[in-house]
Amino acid sequence: MPVRLDRCPASSLQAVASPEQTRALMKPALANRLTPYMFLAPAGAVLVVALLYPIGYMVYASFLDWNPSQRIGEAEFIGLRNYVNLLGDDSFRESLWVTLKFSAIVVSLEMVIGVGLALLLDRNIRGMSVLRTLFILPMMIAPIVVGLMWRYMYHPTVGIFNRTLKNLGLEPIPWLSDGSWAFASVIIADIWQWTPFIFILSLAALQSLPQSAIEAARIDGANGWQQIVYIKLPLMMPVLVVTCLLRLIDAFKVLEVILVLTNGGPGLSTEILSLRISRTASEFRELGEAAAMSNYLLLLLLLLTLAMFFYNKLAEARAMRLRAAAEVDEI
Amino acid sequence: MSAPSYDRQHPAYYALIVALVVMSVGPIVMMLITSFKLNVDIMSDTSGLIFMPTIQNYEAALCNMLWYEPASVDYCDPTFGRALVNSLIIALISTSLTLVLGCMAAYAIVRFRFVGRGTVSLTTLLMRMVPPAVLLVPVFGIWSFQFGIDGTRSGIILIYVAMNLPFVIWILQSFIVQVPIQLEEAARMDGAGPFQVFFLIVLPIIKPGLAAAAIFTFRIAWNEFLLANTLADRNSRTVPVTIVNSLTEYDIDWGVIMATGMLLAIPPIIFTFVASRQIITGMTAGAVKG
Repeated sequence: MPVRLDRCPASSLQAVASPEQTRALMKPALANRLTPYMFLAPAGAVLVVALLYPIGYMVYASFLDWNPSQRIGEAEFIGLRNYVNLLGDDSFRESLWVTLKFSAIVVSLEMVIGVGLALLLDRNIRGMSVLRTLFILPMMIAPIVVGLMWRYMYHPTVGIFNRTLKNLGLEPIPWLSDGSWAFASVIIADIWQWTPFIFILSLAALQSLPQSAIEAARIDGANGWQQIVYIKLPLMMPVLVVTCLLRLIDAFKVLEVILVLTNGGPGLSTEILSLRISRTASEFRELGEAAAMSNYLLLLLLLLTLAMFFYNKLAEARAMRLRAAAEVDEI
Repeated sequence: MSAPSYDRQHPAYYALIVALVVMSVGPIVMMLITSFKLNVDIMSDTSGLIFMPTIQNYEAALCNMLWYEPASVDYCDPTFGRALVNSLIIALISTSLTLVLGCMAAYAIVRFRFVGRGTVSLTTLLMRMVPPAVLLVPVFGIWSFQFGIDGTRSGIILIYVAMNLPFVIWILQSFIVQVPIQLEEAARMDGAGPFQVFFLIVLPIIKPGLAAAAIFTFRIAWNEFLLANTLADRNSRTVPVTIVNSLTEYDIDWGVIMATGMLLAIPPIIFTFVASRQIITGMTAGAVKG
């Protein structure tokens, strides 16, 4: 780049003269040393005030017997009693079980369908980008609206499912009014909304696989299935594991769709933990207990997240080792 | 890359694709159709596509924002119109704040390397895992008793900015890393200060990253229900909150509620069609790099 001398300040004139001098001039400037902090301070302040502080506050609140009309200072300190009470509480255990069951079923079905579709549709066709655009629509729409659409479709008389069944001369199904059907309905809605996520991520992973490996397998006479099982899936594995964990974390956070569809009912059949937290806080007015419940949920999620992080680290380390080994081979 | 050549596929392959498209778009189309139906048509047994389309449902939802007096609405309920304005203000302001703060922080993290990138990814992940339900109790307590900003739009904006910042910082830093450092050094040689380098050199280059981050932030702020429900009062309610409030056990006015749902869904749908490439980039970056 040509340096226009007329516009250059003194320091860069000298810099043109000798690079050592530049470094000497740029380093000690106090403004330069403060710059990173100036850039970071606003974001840091917001995060501390509105995210870290509330989380710390919640940990403290979980040791209190606190209802929403009290200030936090007036609440009574009761130690671990909230946690102990919760462990003995049948409905908490039920909703924990519902949450685990829901996430496990949803994530495994979505993984199977999503990865399967990605393997099937990974062809070179016209309009793949339009297809992907259509598939991400369900994820972009508000969960509230997703719940609304499905509630309409599950409606006992005007919903499309029961209407179709009736036209076929079959018995209507109590989609949302029977415990196990409601659980299944919620799962179907979630699969509709989130399978595309896994589909798109695994498609991206598939298309970034080294073509040479697949080519080599084909030349060696591997058929379609063998290519998938021995070449594609193992190579995709790192992305698949991360996708699965991301989805699992999100599955624990699902709330709105279920709130609109069933509001946790009938009974406690679809009351996942997030929903129970929000009801404990707003309906039962037990803020301390809700905070303790939140901490249980956070611990669960923390385990998952750390598992994911360390898996990533492990995978990276292994990749580095392999690369190093390959370089040694080349030499 | 060579010019793309498209392979011919088995007919069953196309059938599968059509079925998938119908399945994923079908419910949305059904909502759209229902929002143009009168309740008589919704309830009637001869369902299907034969009905007189009407915009009465939209008129009922937006009655206080129209330039004419809709003939079909005898009693105008301004709740939804107000909520739409609130939602727009909250989503737009929190998105722009998050982007400004986020890209400054991301830039500092990448260029001045005083926290490792590992730390950033870990924090992002940790923040991503926090469910809004967990923030419910503390945010309620702090916002109403200590900050005194419950029931205001700024209270809701503050928590949205905080919730979205980690993700935005993390996605932007993966774009900023790719900006060649030589470019910045050249600008500095020409006498640009750190802020000029940032705004005139770095920002224009990372536009795609900014677009992805903006869409994700806007989507969350626009769609979020739980915290808005806790913090908002009558005047600062957002659209998701009004929709849930108008859902009762029985006797739901499906036409109007589908129209409101459609109005809530339209901005994300537009974004998806305009910027699907950026969205997919944002999503894949989220998983592939952990």
